[in-house]
Amino acid sequence: MPPNPILRFRKIYFSVRNNEDTIIHAAKHKATTEKLKRRRSMRWSCVDSCCWAIGYLCTAWWFVFFLYHSVPVPAMLQAPESPGTRLSRDGVKAFHPVVLVPGVVTGGLQLWEGQPCAEGLFRKRLWGASFTEILTRPLCWLEHLSLDSETGLDPPGIRVRAVPGLVATDYFAPCYFAWAVLIENLAKIGYEGKNLHMASYDWRLSFHNTEVRDQSLSRLKSKIELMYVTNGYKKVVVVPHSMGAIYFLHFLKWVETPTSNGGGGGGPGWCAKHIKAVVNIGPAFLGIPKAVSNLLSAEGKDIAYARALAPGFLDSELLKLQTLEHLVRMSHSWDSIVSLLPKGGEAIWGGIDSPVEEGHTCIYSKRKSSQPSLNDLHKQNFSIKPESWVKEPTKYGRIIAFGKRASELPSSQLSNLNIKELSRGGSTSNDSTSCGEFWSEYNELSRESIVKVAENTAYTATTVLDLLRFIAPKMMRRAEAHISHGIADDLDDPKYGHYKYWSNPLETKLPDAPGMEMYCLYGVGIPTERSYIYKLSTSSGKCKSSIPFRRDGSMDGDDMCLKGGARFADGDGSVPVTSAGFMCAKGWRGKTRFNPSGMDTFVREYKHKPPGSLLESRGAESGAHVDIMGNVGLIEDVLRIAAGASGQEIGGDRVYSDLITMSERISIKL
Amino acid sequence: MPLIHRKKPTEKPSEEVADDDSQQKPHESSKTHKKSNGGIEKGKWSCIDSCCWFIGCVCVTWWFLLFLYNAMPASFPQYVTERITGPLPDPPGVKLKKEGLKAKHPVVFIPGIVTGGLELWEGKQCADGLFRKRLWGGTFGEVYKRPLCWVEHMSLDNETGLDPAGIRIRAVSGLVAADYFAPGYFVWAVLIANLAHIGYEEKNMYMAAYDWRLSFQNTEVRDQTLSRMKSNIELMVSTNGGKKAVIVPHSMGVLYFLHFMKWVEAPAPMGGGGGPDWCAKHIKAVMNIGGPFLGVPKAVAGLFSAEAKDVAVARAIAPGFLDTDIFRLQTLQHVMRMTRTWDSTMSMIPKGGDTIWGGVDWSPEKGHICCGKKQKSNETRGEADENSSSKIKPANYGRIISFGKEVAEAPPSEIKNIDFRDAVKGQSIPNHTCGDVWTEYHDMGIAGIKAIAEYKVYTADAVIDLLHYVAPKMMARGAAHFSYGVADDLDDPKYKHHKYWSNPLETKLPNAPEMEIYSLYGVGIPTERAYVYKLNQSPDSCIPFQIFTSAHEEEEESCLKAGVYNVDGDETVPVLSAGFMCAKAWRGKTRYNPSGIKTYVREYNHSPPSNLLEGRGTQSGAHVDIMGNFALIEDIMRVAAGGNGSDIGHDQVHSGIFEWSERIDLKL
Repeated sequence: MPPNPILRFRKIYFSVRNNEDTIIHAAKHKATTEKLKRRRSMRWSCVDSCCWAIGYLCTAWWFVFFLYHSVPVPAMLQAPESPGTRLSRDGVKAFHPVVLVPGVVTGGLQLWEGQPCAEGLFRKRLWGASFTEILTRPLCWLEHLSLDSETGLDPPGIRVRAVPGLVATDYFAPCYFAWAVLIENLAKIGYEGKNLHMASYDWRLSFHNTEVRDQSLSRLKSKIELMYVTNGYKKVVVVPHSMGAIYFLHFLKWVETPTSNGGGGGGPGWCAKHIKAVVNIGPAFLGIPKAVSNLLSAEGKDIAYARALAPGFLDSELLKLQTLEHLVRMSHSWDSIVSLLPKGGEAIWGGIDSPVEEGHTCIYSKRKSSQPSLNDLHKQNFSIKPESWVKEPTKYGRIIAFGKRASELPSSQLSNLNIKELSRGGSTSNDSTSCGEFWSEYNELSRESIVKVAENTAYTATTVLDLLRFIAPKMMRRAEAHISHGIADDLDDPKYGHYKYWSNPLETKLPDAPGMEMYCLYGVGIPTERSYIYKLSTSSGKCKSSIPFRRDGSMDGDDMCLKGGARFADGDGSVPVTSAGFMCAKGWRGKTRFNPSGMDTFVREYKHKPPGSLLESRGAESGAHVDIMGNVGLIEDVLRIAAGASGQEIGGDRVYSDLITMSERISIKL
Repeated sequence: MPLIHRKKPTEKPSEEVADDDSQQKPHESSKTHKKSNGGIEKGKWSCIDSCCWFIGCVCVTWWFLLFLYNAMPASFPQYVTERITGPLPDPPGVKLKKEGLKAKHPVVFIPGIVTGGLELWEGKQCADGLFRKRLWGGTFGEVYKRPLCWVEHMSLDNETGLDPAGIRIRAVSGLVAADYFAPGYFVWAVLIANLAHIGYEEKNMYMAAYDWRLSFQNTEVRDQTLSRMKSNIELMVSTNGGKKAVIVPHSMGVLYFLHFMKWVEAPAPMGGGGGPDWCAKHIKAVMNIGGPFLGVPKAVAGLFSAEAKDVAVARAIAPGFLDTDIFRLQTLQHVMRMTRTWDSTMSMIPKGGDTIWGGVDWSPEKGHICCGKKQKSNETRGEADENSSSKIKPANYGRIISFGKEVAEAPPSEIKNIDFRDAVKGQSIPNHTCGDVWTEYHDMGIAGIKAIAEYKVYTADAVIDLLHYVAPKMMARGAAHFSYGVADDLDDPKYKHHKYWSNPLETKLPNAPEMEIYSLYGVGIPTERAYVYKLNQSPDSCIPFQIFTSAHEEEEESCLKAGVYNVDGDETVPVLSAGFMCAKAWRGKTRYNPSGIKTYVREYNHSPPSNLLEGRGTQSGAHVDIMGNFALIEDIMRVAAGGNGSDIGHDQVHSGIFEWSERIDLKL
């Protein structure tokens, strides 16, 4: 930059000052100019001090920065030895090739072809990394990340694809690691590109569509076969995370199905031949209740809080943003969200009156709020406040309840609405046309039917699907061609050859691979959304809020289980224990109809321990859904398995939650 | 560091300001010193205050400019360019999309030497915190911060040519490996972007990144790169409905792919076991960009004295600078030690010996007029007038290395060679100051060096003996992986060994009559072809030879510049190396091409970018910049979309490649 103008300012300024100080008034300086100059000097001095302050700050900043870089890291701040280094010293070496399967949301997506508004973003990340595009061109961003609402594939003229390779998901955003810590530790014991593969896929699509559009499953198959051969015929250890767990279930079925039935044609022995173990991290085998609230009203826990604090703000038409509505529209176009809806219906998630987690105590929320030092809370908590629990067990079974009353009433008093027979009501009776051009199926719902849906009702895991089918018929029709949420009566029924059942562990058999091992590793000790209390949203302004339901953020129970309109159960913050652990603990344990070859299953839970100080950032002992990938205990287990250890050698089952009693209460035919 | 940045976003640009500031600060502060007397008297505006004031000003202005820059619409630079130079032609992707071309055949890119990124997987203490960071490619920040550490990590073991103990450097995988070499310096990015316009994406485009430091067979031994490439091509062909792949290798990737084609059909222990018709089944066309089929003379200079033209020119400008021991850097020696551990550099030593590259008294390019230089320097001369060109003594390109300018020009009868091969390597070590830098010159002694210089003239055959003599260890390692000869009988069973696979003169092309081989390269840029050397007398230097940079011809059109004889080419690869195989040796049914694969030669005349705004130009013919050449991209896209050689216009020749090829007397 040219320094000239600045220097000139400086000169003027100093000359003015000199004149003042020395009080030498040259004859040529007339009074008027003097005045002018004086005024000028006043003005400049203000700007000057601003500049001075900024300069001062900058200099101080650089100085600190320089110190920070030049001072060696003190011993106390040095990170404890990573599990990889320790194990490497113990002689643990890379043995089995490792395949990582990322979950929903954590995988990066990049643009390959876009509308004019996305100019210059070719092969830049739209999802993941810094998300700057949301801020600079939000509507454009939404348009590109949405899928076609009819087909669930690309809209015309837009191609957004998964980022391939390890970079796809090692860091979700800068400094927010997803797989990076695990990868680094694997590298310490000798893993590298040739025996470590990230099976990234476009997580917005339904699983079958990833094969149709991108051939992701074929690529994964070819990659596993290649690694098996090039690593001296050693079987592969697969490490799926979150939704990746059900994606990989889908793959297991797909790969052994003959090509004529839309499979991979690997033949019946493929899994037995190529896979040593599937180490599921925080698996969402039976779905997550969070998905329901996402689809109903695009609300996560955090949004509901925000809404409770500033009602109307998110719904207002300020700047024509309609944030939530846009989010609903976008997430409705993603089939994969539907795949995360609770599976197994009332048998798993509990009916109107019979929750699975009966008598569960919400200890962790307390730990979170004020008493982090409490240990072994199960017993203590009972002694502290016993009555309320015994009297009124939380009715987790009602995943969606309209009003708190409905969530607590005995079932006999609930209105008996048969949602399947309810008509959606012809054309809209209200003038919602002014709500802008964006699509959401709520516009077609009549107010009456909405009220009827919400009248004093509660929905269980089974009926909640009906509710969604009623509210968003197009989306569910599209998605349910790819995903099923039921429980199979007879697994040998030929209809289960269809791909839509493959990702549901309750409707498929595990492959015939007795030597394979299934692990369920997940965190516990964090309150996890399990059911919700909803209310009708009162429309404000001239435009009816397009989302007719919202979570009742004002609902806070005396007990800790109810907060901000959601009831919490034990889990890792996203996936409740039931969903993550049930299959390994019971559904697949031993020789069952879901696991005909009797492969070994192991459940390993990791108790959540929040980071002790800010320096630890996200903690080495976290149990949270994503942070658990940095959990030292989990990493060590994964490393040992990859180096050839079996489930018994790493210590078999380890359970902290009441998973076992919960599973006992679930009665499904095995 | 990034974490802290994020906490204080407003401070973000401060880093950039820092250096531009540090240059101005002392200057400015001294100025303010003098001027701010009044301030000091008042005790209000001290020197520090003024400094702060100045820094503040700079920062504010900087932020303001940055803000303007960010707020500027993305199409602004393009708009300016169009206003100045007139409307730009449509990029080929857009143009061909309008024509209705669609992605058809899967495309495989094979990057060349140097352009592929390398990242760290395991390192020494000094490389802490660089895990999975790029050591090669990207910003090269580490070269400045910890040069010795960097050299140590980039070197390979000099016995095995594989990883040194405790260090694992691996190729970056995926398209990111070689789309940009450094920020803003594209390699494959332009081609990728254009292919994407007609519907290509990750599933039908694949970057076969490999560790380019290793010998070709070692990439398979260590990383199974060839197996992966095979599996990926098979996968892409099967998932794209059985459409065969179009392979686009660049530079050394060309040799690498030659090696691959032999490897994939060879039986299992040494080869890939794909069976004799693998190539016929899976490959539609090989579109070699700037391929050094027969090697590049540059490689000789690089191995012999770690010099290329640029280094030689730098040396001519500031003699002694590069050799001095300031800071104990010994740059060239370190570079030499590092590059000598890389087997791949030996794959580019000129192949075919005197038959191809010419002997003491002849060369295929005889009579070439170096008018290429003219384009670069100035246009005032107009067309090359016959008189001046005839005055110039014809360059003896066959003498790849000659000691002294007189020798380079002397008639062959006057050259007396004393055979250096038998010269005893002297015990007396020329100097002891070379420190811990390892080069094999230590072992040679003065007698050996003398013997080399007295041999005077080295042709392509003799150059290989020369390298064997000066660097026996390196060449012994390399001889296990590469061969530089011409085969007498291609059916000799010895040619089944992998070391012959990357030499087109010692292998047959696969049996795939429907395949097509293209040779696409730039012409019109002077390219190194032969060197004039001298003994290095400087006591500090560990490298006893250097290019004789003061060997000059006064005439504008002379081919001799700063000790280097230039010939037509793309600045790195001479036309002969890039074009000969496709123009003659593989043309029709020859013994190198038994199934009669069709070959095409397409040359792209270099025309430098007309102004700075064009960046590296859309009509460049330079070795790497040609990847942004619109005509070349269009050709590749047409073939990828299903076209064949006659669709894109058969041969397109600007240089004298056919004439020169005729002069080469090779059994076909």
